[in-house]
Amino acid sequence: MNLLIILTIILGIFVLVRLMNIMQLTAQLSGESEEAEMKRDNKINAVLMMGFMIVGLVLIVYMTIRYSEYMLPQPASEHGVETDRLLWWNFGVIGLVFFITQIVLFYFGYKYRYDKSRRAFFYHENHKLEIWWTVIPTIVLAALIVTGLASWNKITQSNHKDGMKIQVYGFQFNFITRYAGKDNKLGKSNYKLISDTNPLGIDYTDPASKDDIMTTGKEMRLPVGIPIDMDCNSRDVIHSVWFPHLRTQMNAVPGMTTNFYFKPTITTTEMRKITKNEKFDYILLCNKVCGVAHYTMNMKLVVDTPDDFRTWLKTQQSVMAGAEQTQTADSAPNSNSNSKEL
Amino acid sequence: MEVKHTAHAEHAEKHEVHEHHEHHETFWTKYVFSQDHKMICKQFLITAIFMAYVAMFMSMVFRLQLANPGKPYPILEKLIPHFAPGGILDPSAYLAFVTIHGTIMVFFVLTGGLSGTFSNLLIPLQVGARDMASGFLNMLSYWFFFASSAVMFASIFVEGGAASGGWTIYPPLSALPQAIPGSGMGMTLWLVSMALFIISALLGGINYITTVINLRTKGMSMTRLPLTIWAFLITATLGVLSFPVLFAAALLLIFDRSFGTSFFLSDIFIGGEPLAHSGGSPILFQHLFWFLGHPEVYIVLLPALGLASEVISVNSRKPIFGYKAMIGSMLIIAFLSFVVWGHHMFITGMNPFLGSVFVFTTLLVAIPSAVKVFNYIATLWRANIQFTPQMLFAIGLVSFFISGGLTGIILGDSALDINIHDNYFVVAHFHIVMGASAIFGMFAGVYHWFPRMFGRMINKKLGYIHFWFTILAVYGVFFPMHFLGLAGVPRRYYANTAYEGFDALININHLVTIMAIIGGIGQLIFAFNFFYSIFKGKRSPQNPWDSNTLEWTSPVKHLHGNWAGPTPTVYRWPYDYSKPGAEDDFIMQTVPFSQTKSSNLPGEED
Repeated sequence: MNLLIILTIILGIFVLVRLMNIMQLTAQLSGESEEAEMKRDNKINAVLMMGFMIVGLVLIVYMTIRYSEYMLPQPASEHGVETDRLLWWNFGVIGLVFFITQIVLFYFGYKYRYDKSRRAFFYHENHKLEIWWTVIPTIVLAALIVTGLASWNKITQSNHKDGMKIQVYGFQFNFITRYAGKDNKLGKSNYKLISDTNPLGIDYTDPASKDDIMTTGKEMRLPVGIPIDMDCNSRDVIHSVWFPHLRTQMNAVPGMTTNFYFKPTITTTEMRKITKNEKFDYILLCNKVCGVAHYTMNMKLVVDTPDDFRTWLKTQQSVMAGAEQTQTADSAPNSNSNSKEL
Repeated sequence: MEVKHTAHAEHAEKHEVHEHHEHHETFWTKYVFSQDHKMICKQFLITAIFMAYVAMFMSMVFRLQLANPGKPYPILEKLIPHFAPGGILDPSAYLAFVTIHGTIMVFFVLTGGLSGTFSNLLIPLQVGARDMASGFLNMLSYWFFFASSAVMFASIFVEGGAASGGWTIYPPLSALPQAIPGSGMGMTLWLVSMALFIISALLGGINYITTVINLRTKGMSMTRLPLTIWAFLITATLGVLSFPVLFAAALLLIFDRSFGTSFFLSDIFIGGEPLAHSGGSPILFQHLFWFLGHPEVYIVLLPALGLASEVISVNSRKPIFGYKAMIGSMLIIAFLSFVVWGHHMFITGMNPFLGSVFVFTTLLVAIPSAVKVFNYIATLWRANIQFTPQMLFAIGLVSFFISGGLTGIILGDSALDINIHDNYFVVAHFHIVMGASAIFGMFAGVYHWFPRMFGRMINKKLGYIHFWFTILAVYGVFFPMHFLGLAGVPRRYYANTAYEGFDALININHLVTIMAIIGGIGQLIFAFNFFYSIFKGKRSPQNPWDSNTLEWTSPVKHLHGNWAGPTPTVYRWPYDYSKPGAEDDFIMQTVPFSQTKSSNLPGEED
């Protein structure tokens, strides 16, 4: 069977080669001059260029409209509204440049196709023109840089003290979210303390750990309207904590803590009404390739009213739950791991 | 003057003696261990074409998977049962394919293939040198490239699969075999292959720079160099300055993997146990990687732009607009490319102020890029355009350079990057601006200089079909990816079924895959045309495109040393096309002003 396929391919190539030979011969025999041939080719390609440009631009506009309901879904965080607005401004600018330059490029291609009776215009310098098209992009870019950096500074330098402290902790292939509790302080952790009962490696001796609460399932919740001061950590490889609807993303890197500050503004229930989709849910996705099952690493996010959030939080597990289990079974395994460290 | 003349004559005489030896060349010294730049160029090109088809095949396979996740394809079962048991691509093979596709395309095709082929062919021929400064180093450069290609290709088939953490091989994923099977033997081979590749790139680069600076023929001043040569010179300089940094990063990664050091690793708990590594930083690797990685973008792009400048000028029958501005733009782009690497790392937790600096430098790159685009468009204005296949590809390049460059403005803006980082938006962006632009530049180069390489013409009709298939496929594949990205679909996902919000976009995934297959068919047409024309193409005339540059004065039948007599003398810049008062619409660089009295501008004399 395989041999047959290979033979067919070889035969196919052979036939193609013969066909090409014949085509070349007939082209020579037909006596069409190279000039006439070139003229025809120029015409066909020039027309195709125009056609391609027009059809392409129409399709781009059509597809943008057709898929606009899926693109940039309703932003659900405070800074998200602003970055979306900025993004649309940027799209406006680059869209304009895109349309103008592409139209001019393809149109010139069409208009100035070869004509034997004409000579190209010997024109290779115009300092005035060159200064103009350096200065104008510079001004436009300056505007984009200034507005972009204004947003960036606002997002990254907001006052981090009044936010609710949480930690999103990534590992192959799941997330755990830890809430800092009443003291709004996350207890210390150490990767050497990680065990089945202590997945975050919490240092139980740190008093700040006492009121920390962590999620156990594939769902995390956040209160609406309260700023969130999110630390990101990882225990194995780099993950990325991404909430597409909240326009929030931060890498979770082993050995260091990264931080993002944001404020959810729309609850899941409200969002279901906005999207007219009863089944709508926010999602937390891992957005940095982290292993074979990377594409399955995600977590449902529910944005609640603060009251509902507090009620839910009580159903989650205290990080100290694992402490007693570790203490009862402490002697053998713990001393082992200690001696290893030494 | 007299003395010089004798020197030339002597040289020619020596050369003839040399020629005599030529006849005794064996198969091995002529075709395999050749030190002739024209043969080395072909070796680079054909190796790169082989690698390109491997990488393209991989992209077809994972596009099939992405269109219909989990659907068995009998053809995959037939072709690659090991990677796609039951016709369904394995998730770890998917990641390996994505990684190797990227690595091959960026390094082996668009760096080794593009610079290796055209720097080798054009630098000696266009500056009027008999060969590269060191033929031997040049040969070594190719054989290191070959070895590196062979190792990379072999790595696909080893136990555990090829490297699969993405072409950027971020540790800890790439450092820990426990984290992903591809980080075992596959990653080791990846690093070995890259080390060999970097040696090849450095040997080549040093040679290119030396040749351009030292071996220009009489009259070939720097401002009479074709833009291709300027592009290759700047590219080689970028490579020589940035590749060693990648080499260092790879070396440190090898230490971390094999000798227990902690350059990039810290506080890791994996496979049920804590590791001893402490104090390293995975982010340090990213800094080192992107210090090469960003200049690498221009190592890929600048030669393509250089080739396009030449092709556009020749086929427009018009001098390139703003020759000096073109050189200046390339120099500025090259300089800026060293201070923008942080824009790949806005969301790694880097200091926001540092982020701001990178936003500033990154968006500055848009200015010289815009100047280049406007100059290309101004060159087309009131031109007399011959639509040869190479011209079509060059115009396609400009179109992609615009489309992809503009979305770069969005990605380079840190506030906007938060939401489109690492999703399909960036995939669309870099494939258009770097992948498609560069490959179109390479195609333009292949069609234009095919007669010079092989002494035969490549079939034009098939070239047109190839072009239209390819441009349709590139826009068809990558434009819709912007929509996926804005909808929030992450890159490097084996299946976009993770979130039901993405289900409505499956249409786009179908469209992209169909377009990819069309593109693949287009490339098969090219492969057929290329190899057919090598053996059966029409014989090439001396100067098939009525071009001005020196390579078209060298005899069609290759000659060791390029010119039988003394090397040609250059009297003018390379872009005297359609000069008013001239007899033809081109005046070669070797024509002295004394022979073109009717067309000379004020001040133009020998």
